[in-house]
Amino acid sequence: MTEGIFNIDMKITLAHGSGGKYTSDLINSVFESSYGNDVLAKMEDSAVVDGYKKIAVTTDSFVVNPLFFKGGNIGRLSVCGTVNDLLMRGAVPKYITSAFIIEEGADSEDLKKIAQSMAETAKEAGVIIVAGDTKVIEGCGGVYINTAGVGFVENDNICSSNCRAGDKIILSGNLGDHHAVILSSRMNIDNSIESDNAPLTDMVSKLLDNNIDVHAMRDVTRGGLGTVLNELAEASEVKMNIFENDIPVDSQVKAFADFLGLEIMHMGNEGKMIAVVSADDAEKALDLIKGSAYGENAQIIGEVKEGSGVVLNTSLGGQRIISVLRGEGLPRIC
Amino acid sequence: MPELSKIISELKNYNGAPLTFMEVCGTHTASISENGIPSILSDKIRLVSGPGCPVCVTVAEYIDVLIDYSKKENTVVVSFGDMLRVPGSKGSLKDAMASGGNVKMVYSPLELLDMAEKERNITFIFAAVGFETTAPVYAVLIEEAIKRGITNIKLLTALKTMPKAIEFLCESDSDIDGFLAPGHVAVITGIADFKTLAEKYNLPFVVSGFEGKELIASIYALTKLVKQGTVKNLYKRAVNNNGNETARSSVNKYFEPCDAVWRGIGLLKGSGMALKAEYSAFDAGSREIVNDSKINPVCCCSDVIIGKKSPLKCPLFGRVCTPENPQGACMVSTEGSCYSYYINDRRDF
Repeated sequence: MTEGIFNIDMKITLAHGSGGKYTSDLINSVFESSYGNDVLAKMEDSAVVDGYKKIAVTTDSFVVNPLFFKGGNIGRLSVCGTVNDLLMRGAVPKYITSAFIIEEGADSEDLKKIAQSMAETAKEAGVIIVAGDTKVIEGCGGVYINTAGVGFVENDNICSSNCRAGDKIILSGNLGDHHAVILSSRMNIDNSIESDNAPLTDMVSKLLDNNIDVHAMRDVTRGGLGTVLNELAEASEVKMNIFENDIPVDSQVKAFADFLGLEIMHMGNEGKMIAVVSADDAEKALDLIKGSAYGENAQIIGEVKEGSGVVLNTSLGGQRIISVLRGEGLPRIC
Repeated sequence: MPELSKIISELKNYNGAPLTFMEVCGTHTASISENGIPSILSDKIRLVSGPGCPVCVTVAEYIDVLIDYSKKENTVVVSFGDMLRVPGSKGSLKDAMASGGNVKMVYSPLELLDMAEKERNITFIFAAVGFETTAPVYAVLIEEAIKRGITNIKLLTALKTMPKAIEFLCESDSDIDGFLAPGHVAVITGIADFKTLAEKYNLPFVVSGFEGKELIASIYALTKLVKQGTVKNLYKRAVNNNGNETARSSVNKYFEPCDAVWRGIGLLKGSGMALKAEYSAFDAGSREIVNDSKINPVCCCSDVIIGKKSPLKCPLFGRVCTPENPQGACMVSTEGSCYSYYINDRRDF
């Protein structure tokens, strides 16, 4: 840090977005020092990196409130979201970029924590942060992050339209944790639920390295399992037949959802995925996922059938159609 | 009572006279759909949804008044989430928000206290809808406001009480053979009111819990009690036969019975609650709302709400009227019959 213009106790002001000395101090103190790698250290206008015959590209923006929540923060989330999107196409995530839009009044120490968390998560996920940008706007302390990512693709057959009748549907873990954490925080409800935000690199690479016949993968984020399965069913022109008794949900999250009238099938997650695999490989795939990071509660929750839509076989023995999430998932009132 | 699997098999294979049971509570409606219960029952047992969703029975004029408030200077309308999408004659509160109206969503009315204390120059109008179950929270709100010297909170009440509405249904020409009595309401009121109705109309009432297996057990109990004017409490873990005396006396301190207007039914004498005259400083003009009007003249909510018509028989259902573009209140709330039928692709069995 030079000449003490920036210190970690200060609030961000519009001057930090001016492009001058304040900006470079902010970048050096918060981002470069956290992300630190050879590509970024060159501070060129664009990063030049090694390529591959086919690449996957994605981008995602993160506007979560609060910035810090049990089990994670907006920084970790912003890396996981983009990395997981790359993984779902069978890509090996390699590089990500990080663009911050910061409202004046944001806390420098918070920014530092967010950047360090991004660096740690990137390391865990096997990616490097190769480029970045920072803008400061008027406001009251908010922080928004966009990340873009590039992954190397060996086999691009893994896609939403590739589910086939007879395939098994594997869910990598408990539903609803992240959604419940964010709502609990906003409502000042005290519980021990933690966000599931996590990069799924380990479980996906285990599936690919072991040549599992994976037909489709999707991370179960906003809109929840119900929405994701409907999208897969539509893209592949098949029916998803799932069983309520096999869907893993933490008892505290279940109670929270019941209390607020939230539908588990539509609650958001940030570290869960669906893998649709051929029936022959299903048990092996399940074992691999269960043996990898964040996969210990994985279950086979159903199978792909001919037809359309998503059918849930309830624990009572009834059946109901699961639709996509509509509206904003507002809680019921009584 | 026999074990669950036997009950389910008996309900599936029921082959006696056709039976129609009404669940009066919106949370029952949602749970019945979520558990896929209609698909478990024999074709001869039909479930219809009654007027027990507070959002669904709220009239358009009420929404219009809230929207007008939201556009007033130094005024904020505060509401439960479900109310935001209910269509009034000039759009919904959500629409009002998008065009600059001041509307805030809360999870509990008690959040209002801190809001109002922080911004004394703003008048906070709470959209106080609900049944016997929600009224005690409003009583606590008023009590706390008085205690803390907060004067910038007002309630626009649309509080309803269940017995008169059920009586209206019993008097109408719908062919209901029994009621799943609302569990949450019974927690407060006890079962005396249902007993009076059961005996007067010779119909069975079963007070039910909200889990799938509780609802199945209650439906089974109804099939065994047809044509008997009796009340059975199968929600004993929550419902004391005498109800919750403390909650009732707290409500009675601030509220008194009044006539109330129900969407789809109209004005029912003595079917609501309003703030007593001595607390009128906390009222935002609730008693002036007396009219029920349709948003879309073809809308069948009025028949759906009393169980006379299945949502599927409404010509607007699923075509013009969807959760994205509701024409009537039953399509708005997650507890509404039409919403529940649409989302769960529920069919009449």
